[in-house]
Amino acid sequence: MEFFERFAIPHPSIAIYASMVAAGLTLIAVLAGLTYFKKWGYLWREWITTVDHKRIGIMYLISALLMLFRGGVDAIMMRAQLAVPDNKLLDSQHYNEIFTTHGVVMILFMAMPFIIFFMNFVIPLQIGARDVAFPRLNALSFWLFFMGAMLFNISFMVGGSPDAGWTSYFPLADTDSVGTNYYMIAIQIAGIGTLMTGINFMTTILKMRAPGMTLMKMPMFTWSAFIANVIIVFAFPVLTVALAFGTMDQLFGTQFFTLDNGGMAMLWANLFWVWGHPEVYILILPAFGIYSEIISTFSKRNLYGYKSMVASMVLISVLSFVVWAHHFFTMGQGAMANSIFSITTMAIAVPTGVKIFNWILTLWKGKIEFTTPMLYSILFIPLFTLGGVTGVMLAMSAADYQYHNTMFLVAHFHNVIIPGVVFAMLAGLTYYWPKMFGFMLNERIGKWTAWLLSIGFLLAFMPMYVTGLDGQARRMYTYSESTGFGPMNMVSFVGAAIMAIGFVLIVYNIYYSVRYASRDISADPWDARTLEWATHTPVPHYNFAITPEVASSEAYWDYKKKNHELYKGDYEKIHMPNNSGIPFVMSCIFFGWGFSLIFSLWIPAIITTIGIFVCMTLRSFEKDHGHYVSVKEIEDTESELRGA
Amino acid sequence: MSELFPRKQVMGFIFSMVLTAVALGVYFFDMSFAVGMTVLLITAFLQAGLQLVVFMHAGETDDKAAIYTNVYYGLFMALFTVFGTLLVLIWDVG
Repeated sequence: MEFFERFAIPHPSIAIYASMVAAGLTLIAVLAGLTYFKKWGYLWREWITTVDHKRIGIMYLISALLMLFRGGVDAIMMRAQLAVPDNKLLDSQHYNEIFTTHGVVMILFMAMPFIIFFMNFVIPLQIGARDVAFPRLNALSFWLFFMGAMLFNISFMVGGSPDAGWTSYFPLADTDSVGTNYYMIAIQIAGIGTLMTGINFMTTILKMRAPGMTLMKMPMFTWSAFIANVIIVFAFPVLTVALAFGTMDQLFGTQFFTLDNGGMAMLWANLFWVWGHPEVYILILPAFGIYSEIISTFSKRNLYGYKSMVASMVLISVLSFVVWAHHFFTMGQGAMANSIFSITTMAIAVPTGVKIFNWILTLWKGKIEFTTPMLYSILFIPLFTLGGVTGVMLAMSAADYQYHNTMFLVAHFHNVIIPGVVFAMLAGLTYYWPKMFGFMLNERIGKWTAWLLSIGFLLAFMPMYVTGLDGQARRMYTYSESTGFGPMNMVSFVGAAIMAIGFVLIVYNIYYSVRYASRDISADPWDARTLEWATHTPVPHYNFAITPEVASSEAYWDYKKKNHELYKGDYEKIHMPNNSGIPFVMSCIFFGWGFSLIFSLWIPAIITTIGIFVCMTLRSFEKDHGHYVSVKEIEDTESELRGA
Repeated sequence: MSELFPRKQVMGFIFSMVLTAVALGVYFFDMSFAVGMTVLLITAFLQAGLQLVVFMHAGETDDKAAIYTNVYYGLFMALFTVFGTLLVLIWDVG
């Protein structure tokens, strides 16, 4: 019995037991459903072993949406707890666990895979490639991310959740429970996957562009993703090292982040933000890229200031690495250090402002078409600018002593992340949905969703600016009535509830459109401008029957309007990579490895470590030259898709 | 015959041996911590640059521009991170 006690949750409640039952029942239902409908073989052949960037992208999308709802439920619970003074809905420990999970899930397991979904699905199509540079590595990236996310998600049911915030500052995080172990190891596993993605897409974009597509003729989304991947490659190793130090502190008694024996708790905060600040640009830059594509498409104009867009992103990629200390202005460094980081931080507003003006000038005199993706993009500009302006307020280190650790900060970063990243994800999802699934999402429900989310967002977060300046601290699980925070927090809760309705509408929209949307749409339903729309819907697994040749940054638009020739020459046999089960198996072993380390189960930890190396060895000695798609097969596929 | 002789590689090899010998000198000769550390840092960076350029062929393909851009970018990040961290955690503790 003693062995099993470590898996018990230290701080149980009815809600957690109910979730355990629900999770168990869901798992049984999924397994039974797969067996009953005889889908195991299909799942294995078509999805689990796939190396196709489009399918891996869709798996990222599904994971991201699931995690969006997980993180969203956490958010609603927090807002409900704070809605009235002295609320007893959650106790302090649960509140701590919930805001920690909300932060980690939303940033690392929702926003990151959502971004990587777009990169996977769109970039090879947009640059006219057949797949990414390393297709099997791509599958491994996905499965490592997925296993890391799942490991983190079981923490509240097995052994106990992390409770020290998504920043997990030491010495607070240095506890005896397994929560911090979960944090360190689950993020480590997912982070390794992300680092591989960074390398993969950097290589893909540098080496696999269609003939004629020079760097300055790349579509804006590809540019933004390229910069984001460069930042990934340079920032994530810092996280890897910091997490490894933290893991060793937890498991092996090293003293990197302790308060005595030469340890330095501030070193964690420092390393965390050396990664953490670039991380926010990893999220926002591809989102900017998506807005650029959408605004240009629905203004029926080319993007204003292409070169200044690229230059400002390159500048942001450099500046993003030189501002990290602004996350801890109040933690003990002197005026000179704070001044330096204050100035670099304010400097970031300049290239960001350039981008905002470029979008406005693209809209200027454009023939604007108010589709759902465009509505999100138009709503994004003023809402995001509000977040940017409060960001400049926070950048002033002297004033930051007032804002630090208050709801003002919480309002600020949600104000940039929700209109900046989440709206871009939803806009992009609506925009690329027909390319993925062959039908459009309902426009009417989509617009309702956009407005509900915007109104809900304003109601939920504007009050926090006020209560924050009045002194409501972040991460406080309750407050007394005499503080006067009550009414504002109730408004916040109402806003959060309206946003929740918006997210339910997204699900309803998918259901409604699956049932009723017309399947009779063209491969280019938005009259778009870039190469991803130049191939069939559904996209054949080899993407393009003939590699396109490009002469401008809007190759497909010029093909439609200026009679540029995209496809020169005849069909030739196409070389494609083979599927493989190794990435999935290896990631499952990683899951077991992580779980064993979290609970200090040394024998399984050793066995799984050996298993990981066996997988790598098998891969090294495997002879896999891929396969060819014959000209006959291409002709058949093409004529079938053209007929449809 | 002289065109066939790998002059650059042999020179590079000799130079890398010299750098190693100089670095090793820090152990054998009695010098202050500051001087020793300076010698080690300078020889280490020269050695890394030499290996990258001469023996890892950094400048010999079409990817030359991308490789050097990457190296300079990485160097900038690394130096800024190290010195920024020293500034924040040690030099300027208020």
